[in-house]
Amino acid sequence: MNGEGGGPPLLRVEDLRVEFPTEDGIVHAVDGITYQVHRGRTLGIVGESGSGKSVAALTTLGLTRGQGASIGGRILFEGRDLVTLADRELRAIRGNEIAIVFQDPLSSLHPFYRVGAQLIEAIRAHRDVSSAQARERAVELLGLVGIPDPRRRADEFPHEFSGGMRQRAMIAMALVNDPKLLLADEPTTALDVTVQAQILALLERLQRELGMAIVIITHDLGVAAEMADDVAVMYAGRIVETAPADLLFSRPEHPYTWGLLNSIPTLAGPREERLVPIPGAPPSLIRRPSGCHFHPRCPYAQPDHARIDPRLQAVPGTPNHHVACLLEPRMRQRLWEQLSSGRSPDEALAAAGVSEVRG
Amino acid sequence: MIRYIIRRLLWGVVLLIAVTAIVFLLFRVLPTADPAKLRAGRLQNPKIIAEIRADLGLNKSLLSQFWIYLKGVFFHFNLGYSYYSSASVRGLIFERLPATVSLVLGGAVLWITGGMAVGILSALRPRSRGDRASMGGALLLVSAPEYWLGLIVLYLFASDIGQVRIFPGAGSYTPLTSDPVKWFTSLLLPWFVVAAANAAIYARLMRSSLIETMGQDYIRTARAKGLPERQVVLRHGVRAAINPIMTILALDIGVLLGSAVLVETVFNIPGIGRLNYDAITHSDFPIVQGTVLVAALFIIVANILVDIAYAYLDPRVRYS
Repeated sequence: MNGEGGGPPLLRVEDLRVEFPTEDGIVHAVDGITYQVHRGRTLGIVGESGSGKSVAALTTLGLTRGQGASIGGRILFEGRDLVTLADRELRAIRGNEIAIVFQDPLSSLHPFYRVGAQLIEAIRAHRDVSSAQARERAVELLGLVGIPDPRRRADEFPHEFSGGMRQRAMIAMALVNDPKLLLADEPTTALDVTVQAQILALLERLQRELGMAIVIITHDLGVAAEMADDVAVMYAGRIVETAPADLLFSRPEHPYTWGLLNSIPTLAGPREERLVPIPGAPPSLIRRPSGCHFHPRCPYAQPDHARIDPRLQAVPGTPNHHVACLLEPRMRQRLWEQLSSGRSPDEALAAAGVSEVRG
Repeated sequence: MIRYIIRRLLWGVVLLIAVTAIVFLLFRVLPTADPAKLRAGRLQNPKIIAEIRADLGLNKSLLSQFWIYLKGVFFHFNLGYSYYSSASVRGLIFERLPATVSLVLGGAVLWITGGMAVGILSALRPRSRGDRASMGGALLLVSAPEYWLGLIVLYLFASDIGQVRIFPGAGSYTPLTSDPVKWFTSLLLPWFVVAAANAAIYARLMRSSLIETMGQDYIRTARAKGLPERQVVLRHGVRAAINPIMTILALDIGVLLGSAVLVETVFNIPGIGRLNYDAITHSDFPIVQGTVLVAALFIIVANILVDIAYAYLDPRVRYS
């Protein structure tokens, strides 16, 4: 699923399962996902809220352990399995070799401590340095992420920062210990559109300068297109499609990916272009639909799709493009040709010559 | 900030005048024994009573009586004189204040440390056995009336009447200045009783506040930094969770300074609550008024202190 070679991957997630027992039943937040990230590369994980993408990231850092989650599979980081690692060893990796940036920087920063102090704390959690040295490093990082007058701003409180500056500070805090891997969990979702672009550009610049790998988690295909080398699309706790970014955006294979692509407006497209929302809502992760989890919302579902559970398989002819869909490959190709020329799902179905649907 | 404090202080004065008026009216309008008659004792003839009445100023109109009182309070800090003993009310209150302050502050130290420790431990393992046991115990202590709990501990532990005679009992209060050790030991049981109910309340407050705080995003951030859990809880969790508790603490201490009547009575501690209680049984209005005013003053000052403290505890709060 990742064509780029060059040694073993930095992070390899294998058949990861995360389940939370609740009073209403077991929440299957992550249901057997596999992906990998190489050094210096970016993986985009795309999905709606509740698709399990954040849980997977939090589990990588062991942050779901305290919530009574049962975790299966393996998370190999430089050969060590983070799932079975002792709390103490995992803590030495958290914020040090793997760092994370969260969605809402205002609620993610402690309201009562100065921004600089929060960075210093992150440094001294892993480095045995004096507070003066840590402070120098904190100011350096605040400057690196583009906060003007960092020496003064380090003494301010988070509420004195603007939204974009707060997220820059969060990124600075994540990077103080030179992590090899940065998990960015919806890093731009809480920000204005113009600020979003700045933050993404900042992440790209920092990645070039510092050479870390990034896993960017987003519901926004645009963000993934901007940032990612590879993209994995998640639905109901599973990866339903994964490919190098250019391939995924030029030749998407999964009806859910089509839905995501057709529900975002493009500046290039004609004004009167219709946006086609995906009907229905994401399924409950406690009682998931039978067969293909997407079948109740899929305009192209066949009767037997409610019974058969699709597996992630290579798309014929493109071994680094995988999809979990029960439609015939050639049928998918015809449907996407119709859809990408602006037809609605119903029109695409008719044109693609499918007689019976949703028997 | 300075302007804010001045404004609050001025409002505090207005509030005090209002409290004075209400207390003044309350004891003069509501039917009660005539203080002149009480003071006359066995010499109940109209002439003497009239003389006493003139002496105490009770023959003047209600409004001029109030004006005289108000002038005394706010310009001379004179709270009047006891109908009963002619002692200065201010003097009496100052004499009794150390005992009440000792009782309340010592109790507060006990209930804060006890309540917070139990609350934190409960919050970290919600629904565990320890949590259920301490929250159950808290419910019991909250439900136990102070005078009842006071009598129980005296019955169990007082050195004179107790089953296990280990602590000094009722009436053993010794001022700090005359014997610090006796002062300390004599207050152990009263402190426990004052602290019990409050510790229970604070444990519950701390627990719910900390459980809520531990679910905040910034706690997740603290963990993601790789901090040891101890630091996550104490430096990030408790630091944020104590704010609402500090607010209530100042108010509780303010209230208790003026109204520790039950504990002071059970343990026969010569404090302000006891003074007030005795004055009520004697219809000694000036003392009742004085103690109620002082109680109101404590509460008003506590309120202002809470607001000021808040600006220091939470950097997001700025008054203008």
